[in-house]
Amino acid sequence: MNFNLSPNLSQKIAYTLLAMATIIVIVPVLTVIVIIIKNGWSVLSWEFLTTMPTDGMRAGGILPAIIGTLAIVSCAICITLPVGVCAAIYLNEYAKDNLLTRIIKLAIVNLAGIPSVVYGLFGLGIFVMLLGFGVSIIAGALTLSIMELPVIITTAQGALKSVPYQFREASWSLGVSKWQTIRRVVLPNALPGIMTGAILSISRISGETAPILFTAAAFYVPHLPQSLFDQVMALPYHLYIISTQIPNMPKNIIFATALVLLLMVLSMSLIAIIARLYFRKIRKW
Amino acid sequence: MKNRITDYIIEKIIFLCGIIAIVFVILIFGFLLKEGFAFFKEYGLFSFIFGKYWYPSSNPASYGVFSLIIGSLLVTLGATLIAVPLGVATALFISELAPKGIRDILKSIVELMAAIPSVVLGFVGMVTLVPLVRSVLDIPTGLTAFSGSIVLGFMALPTIVSISEDAIRSVPWQYKEGAYALGATKWQTIRRIVLRAAMPGIIAAVMLGIGRVIGETMAVLMVTGNATAIPTSIFDPVRTLTATIAAEMGETVRGGLHYRALFAIGLVLFSITFMINFIADLFLNKNTKKR
Repeated sequence: MNFNLSPNLSQKIAYTLLAMATIIVIVPVLTVIVIIIKNGWSVLSWEFLTTMPTDGMRAGGILPAIIGTLAIVSCAICITLPVGVCAAIYLNEYAKDNLLTRIIKLAIVNLAGIPSVVYGLFGLGIFVMLLGFGVSIIAGALTLSIMELPVIITTAQGALKSVPYQFREASWSLGVSKWQTIRRVVLPNALPGIMTGAILSISRISGETAPILFTAAAFYVPHLPQSLFDQVMALPYHLYIISTQIPNMPKNIIFATALVLLLMVLSMSLIAIIARLYFRKIRKW
Repeated sequence: MKNRITDYIIEKIIFLCGIIAIVFVILIFGFLLKEGFAFFKEYGLFSFIFGKYWYPSSNPASYGVFSLIIGSLLVTLGATLIAVPLGVATALFISELAPKGIRDILKSIVELMAAIPSVVLGFVGMVTLVPLVRSVLDIPTGLTAFSGSIVLGFMALPTIVSISEDAIRSVPWQYKEGAYALGATKWQTIRRIVLRAAMPGIIAAVMLGIGRVIGETMAVLMVTGNATAIPTSIFDPVRTLTATIAAEMGETVRGGLHYRALFAIGLVLFSITFMINFIADLFLNKNTKKR
């Protein structure tokens, strides 16, 4: 500052500005949540969660969308979790500091940065068309599992890293092989961290729309899914179509759908945060 | 002996999982390249990149991606101008000024913001922000690049705040003690020492935030109005690269020219985000190496 302000005065001004910026950041988050709860709460009921939509989705419940999202997401996490954890084990326990490892790390960073809609394109090209799965739960789940892979790898690696090196040395000195040490000593101790990461991933992919847009989601299906190769309705996609494509859609149903999605996503984030605090407390080292 | 064989097999499987990230990056890039090249061969790379008009359903169809790139850049620029000052200021407030109890609450709220699905933010933006923009600015529609910038700016904030905060917190305390010892006020120390030392990390945070904004699809599709004409100001409706893929893929003939054109857009997006993440990674490494 060139005009002569005393250091104390400029400090006061700067602090005020920083505090104001923080308020500007925080208030809209809370506003969004309050708006959704206020407008959606009145429609939310057991019936809304457990019945089929009727009248061109302008009335009735959202059961098929909830079931569809649960199906896609649980499939996706079952695929991505073992692969991601194995990749993290490789990086943390086996990989040497060489060119290959550096390329793997670069690949993970870039995988994490690819836009979700590009994953949707890829899933459409590979799973729906090339492998012939069609628009289905399995195609959507595979697409989401690739998208979530870098996040799972990174969090699992963090969990493995937090297991003290002495644990491994103690096990090796008893003559236990490297893999047995990982399985019996390292993995059990890293499990809480891995699970927390997995729950956060489930929360994140539950809200994703773009990757399932052309790989799994259907505008409307009059029955619940029967197999992994069925098209399904999904909650985020359902929210997108009822808020943009359907004329005369009652606003409170849209808000209630948004509220269900939000509750689903936030409750899982909350579980993960609480679990993290709990495991940190009871940790033995 | 049996144990050694299982160990061997399992370690091979682990190695395969280890390199799977490379496999997927190559697969995705290769696939986009294959479809993209098929499109360039038929339509021409030059007329794709510099063509002004994106009219896939007119006859003959034109697939000029220029207006979409401008749309993406405009929205991204607006979002960056909103998110960077607010994000860095918030990161400074959380890490340097906020009392400890408030700090944890603020951090959880920022994490909460990252957890809200983009389609939910898009919907709330559509019913609250869009009418507000229209009535305050007195323009024919509130579905503009400006509304998109605001929504996307807020979506980039969690990334920018949390990564900048990490960078600011990792500035060694000796730096600050040194400045205090010379008689600098706390703010002078923050501005001249802490900010400067944390700069590589903050730049990485900004790059990753921009990467998130360019790739964001659903919210931007819902609030920017989807007009494929080249915008003359930030208060015009625009359409971004991502929104075009999301809006049009459903109506294409699988394997047709339009379908391939959308893969070519995917290739453009992949290249842009690849570069951004590469640069961000360089700055992040610089940040950790210095210590």
